[in-house]
Amino acid sequence: MVLGTYKEALSARSTEQKILDVSQDGGIVSALLCYALDEGIIEGAVVAGTPDDDWRPVPTVVTSADEVIAAAGTKYSMSPTLSAIKEATRQYGLEKVGVVATPCQTQGLRKAQAYPFTRFVAEKIKLIVGIYCMENFPMASLDTFATAKLGFDSLQDATKMDIGKGKFWLTKDGEDSGLAIKETHGYEQAGCNICMDYVAEWSDVSTGSVGSPDGWSTVLTRTDAGADVFKGAVAAGLIETKPMDEVKPGLPLLEKLAKGKKDKNGKVREERVKMGLPIPPEY
Amino acid sequence: MFDKLKKAFGGSKAEEPKVEEKVEEAAPVETKAAEAPKAASSKPRIGYIHLSGCTGDAMSLTENYDILSTVLTDMIDIVYGQTLVDKWIHGTYAEEMPEMDLCLIEGSVCLQDEHSVHELLEARKKSGLICAFGSCAVTGCFTTFARGGQQAQPKHESFLPISSLVKVDLALPGCPVAPEMIAKAVVALCNGDLDYLKPAMDWAACDKGCGCDVLTNIVRQGLCTGCGTCALGCPTRAMGFAEGRPSCDRDRCIKCGTCYLMCPRSWLPTSEIKKETGL
Repeated sequence: MVLGTYKEALSARSTEQKILDVSQDGGIVSALLCYALDEGIIEGAVVAGTPDDDWRPVPTVVTSADEVIAAAGTKYSMSPTLSAIKEATRQYGLEKVGVVATPCQTQGLRKAQAYPFTRFVAEKIKLIVGIYCMENFPMASLDTFATAKLGFDSLQDATKMDIGKGKFWLTKDGEDSGLAIKETHGYEQAGCNICMDYVAEWSDVSTGSVGSPDGWSTVLTRTDAGADVFKGAVAAGLIETKPMDEVKPGLPLLEKLAKGKKDKNGKVREERVKMGLPIPPEY
Repeated sequence: MFDKLKKAFGGSKAEEPKVEEKVEEAAPVETKAAEAPKAASSKPRIGYIHLSGCTGDAMSLTENYDILSTVLTDMIDIVYGQTLVDKWIHGTYAEEMPEMDLCLIEGSVCLQDEHSVHELLEARKKSGLICAFGSCAVTGCFTTFARGGQQAQPKHESFLPISSLVKVDLALPGCPVAPEMIAKAVVALCNGDLDYLKPAMDWAACDKGCGCDVLTNIVRQGLCTGCGTCALGCPTRAMGFAEGRPSCDRDRCIKCGTCYLMCPRSWLPTSEIKKETGL
């Protein structure tokens, strides 16, 4: 249960080169959105884009494969993505919306569906693609990693940003510079420290790099909607898969990280309660 | 069906179950035909009181076209209400307020409007449950900004949440309350699904309700992750974002409280989410 409820765990990769050229890992998010758009399962999706190529995430509505691909890749700072669902449903008039969501955003979406206090929005969310997330950084923290810690002139010199193999990576002129994850501790946003969810447990389908080899992603299908989209994309030849037990490091690493987050942040929650500080009440 | 609810709220009236018992006694025993009047007379009696609000919440209620006729004919009786059933204690043909199982109250209460004050106090006496229906009743919402000096009643200037004068049992904020939220609440009420209504019951203190609550209780408490749900909820687009944090434009905020209500860090309906998604 450390990974939440899921139907199937697979290692997977997009089969499209133009997705793999820009994707963070296996291009699963992009492949799923492109397939869902093509099939009319969704009419558009709300994602974190970075239109100015400055690593600053901007909530973006995408309605075509080209727009999906333009927004591909992980951004390691906060994107109030859910705010753009309003734009998607009102300005764009979309009736079927997909969302690429971190665990906290998935919670916001599911809460909005369970208690639809905003009119005619929650019912239009048809697909939640969850992304694994340990923590998120303010832009100023990313600037610090780039300039003070890795000696870049500017964060904007980086062409790729990644976290993996115990390091925070920036790529400049084709060369990777790594910063030990330990060095990034204390720079994450505080709100992440009470989060108990690493793998977007309430999404329809969730994905991330951990557990799979380079260039591949680990996928957990959760709801019927999520499983249908994933299976459909595989059947259409847009995604190739491998069983998890045939890949390294495999599911144990994902479970270890998910449990680690729960343990660490569970302690933070206990500390808060001891100090008389609020944590979100659960019903 | 409301008995369980009323017991849970504590403020229930002793005579309510008796009424139903009486009906049961009166009803003949065996035939199927006899069950119809029994069912009809045990339908919850709902009132709808319109104080200082824009009728948006009543309109939102009627926007549930697909379930409305079923609700009105099979599930509830609307026994009181000026807008919905043309019954008003201050009307031309003034009539007494009937006993109600649940009274929905839209709008804030204007202290200088004796009719509103009287109707609200009377509703508390006559209703098993009072629901603050819509943000005006819950927080005052945009009537908070009233200053008086307007026609036709220049003296009308103090518009308060109804909790200022009476005990509220549950609150459904929203400007207006979303139609689908009303539908889910009505179904939960009729099924006596207390678990679903618990957050609305806990909101009955009516002491939360503007963008400031997000800043005070979420951001300042180190709980915000910048997910954007508050901005999704805001009906006036008062919620903007800077450096991954919401910032409330107070000139746009109407104090409906939807932002704070919807924030996944203000409360989280874990059981309901698991129930609905199967996750």
